Amino acid sequence: MESDTIVMNETAITDALIDCTLQLADDSLIMGHRCSEWCGHGPVLEQDIALTNIALDYVGQSRNLYQYAALLLEQLPKEKALSLVDFDIIPEHITEDSLAYLRDVGAFKNHLLFEQPNGDWAQTILKIFFFSVYRFYLFQQLQNNADERLAAIAEKSVKEVTYHLKWSSEWVIRLGDGTDESKFRMLQAIDALWPFVGELFEPAGYETLCYYSDMLTFERLRSDWLNKINQIFETATLPPQSIGRWHQTGGKNGYHSEHLGYILAEMQFLQRTFPNAIW
Amino acid sequence: MVNRSNHTEEAIWQLLETVKDPEVPVLSVVDLGIVRKVIIEDENTISIAVTPTYSGCPAMDVIRMQLRILLLENGFKQVNIQQVLSPAWTTDWMSEKGKEQLKAYGIAPPLPKQTVCHPDAFQEEEAIQCPHCLSYHTRLVSRFGSTACKALYQCLDCKEPFDYFKCH
Ligand SMILES: [Zn+2]
Repeated sequence: MESDTIVMNETAITDALIDCTLQLADDSLIMGHRCSEWCGHGPVLEQDIALTNIALDYVGQSRNLYQYAALLLEQLPKEKALSLVDFDIIPEHITEDSLAYLRDVGAFKNHLLFEQPNGDWAQTILKIFFFSVYRFYLFQQLQNNADERLAAIAEKSVKEVTYHLKWSSEWVIRLGDGTDESKFRMLQAIDALWPFVGELFEPAGYETLCYYSDMLTFERLRSDWLNKINQIFETATLPPQSIGRWHQTGGKNGYHSEHLGYILAEMQFLQRTFPNAIW
Repeated sequence: MVNRSNHTEEAIWQLLETVKDPEVPVLSVVDLGIVRKVIIEDENTISIAVTPTYSGCPAMDVIRMQLRILLLENGFKQVNIQQVLSPAWTTDWMSEKGKEQLKAYGIAPPLPKQTVCHPDAFQEEEAIQCPHCLSYHTRLVSRFGSTACKALYQCLDCKEPFDYFKCH
């Protein structure tokens, strides 16, 4: 009896690890896609290049995460793996590509915040800033996670995130403490994005099993995030914010806004039209 | 060409010096510091551990393929190339020779003091030396440049723009 319970718990933790890895990968991929939408549309060449470089870092991070999720899934009996991941088209082998291209909206676990449209430059900057601060503290914690491979991915990624945090903080300050117009745009961006930030700090069941096993860690993530946001907002002469009780949620459990469907339609089009195409 | 009798680890490291980073073709993968381990398992089998400079570095796939081809050409029948992420690559792992080669090529090498990047905004940074006229009178144009590993600077004396291998 007792050994059965242990086996069940271990299975639950492996399942949760797969979900967590996919959640992290989906956030990175969707942010990478959003940043890449700016390619050729940046306000000046240098910042166009900045966004495509950041997109490259995000897509690279998502590849490391999807590769790990695929490895974990491939070790399971196929039936079991397919019960954990809802593929729209069943792949012969589960790979980083099948995870990115063959799942539909309901199978994606990214936060609602990151699928929101780019909007103007201010809204794009603010979203990257929110994401950078979130990932900076999350990956610092994850570097010490019991799962070695997840910890290694976090250790690698946090260095890139640190640089994004520096760059995006500078832009928040430049725009917030800039002209009347740039400040107005930043205030609009805060209004547009703030309803979605609460979801970052409302752990899904699988996150609790994986890395928020102790709630203190989770509380610390929220307070570190908010302190950093308000510290930069103060320098940027933007009003301080707090995280209220009400916010939009659902993304982490597959309930998305209409925006994700459009992202996937564009991103997955080629693989859906010409299955297994390589180039 | 390494013949069978000199499949020593030292000979392999020398051989790997011929594989260049396709984005910075003066720099070998050894001088860049991304080859972390070479293990000769037996006379037919070799294992190499490599680490990417950046998670999304598009040169990594090409580098892995070049390493594989080179080792197959040199008599190994099985080549295992493993990617490691921890410990994470740092500009500190670039060799002194590599830094000199970068400078001669027109790219400012990473500063030893800036191997740990700080997240703070508008933080005061060490002056970066112009690789063309050696002036320290330079300015940051953009934190991002032509590849993931570089930032864009301009020399205020000779006016030339140049790439800087940024802190990482
Ligand atoms: Zn100069």
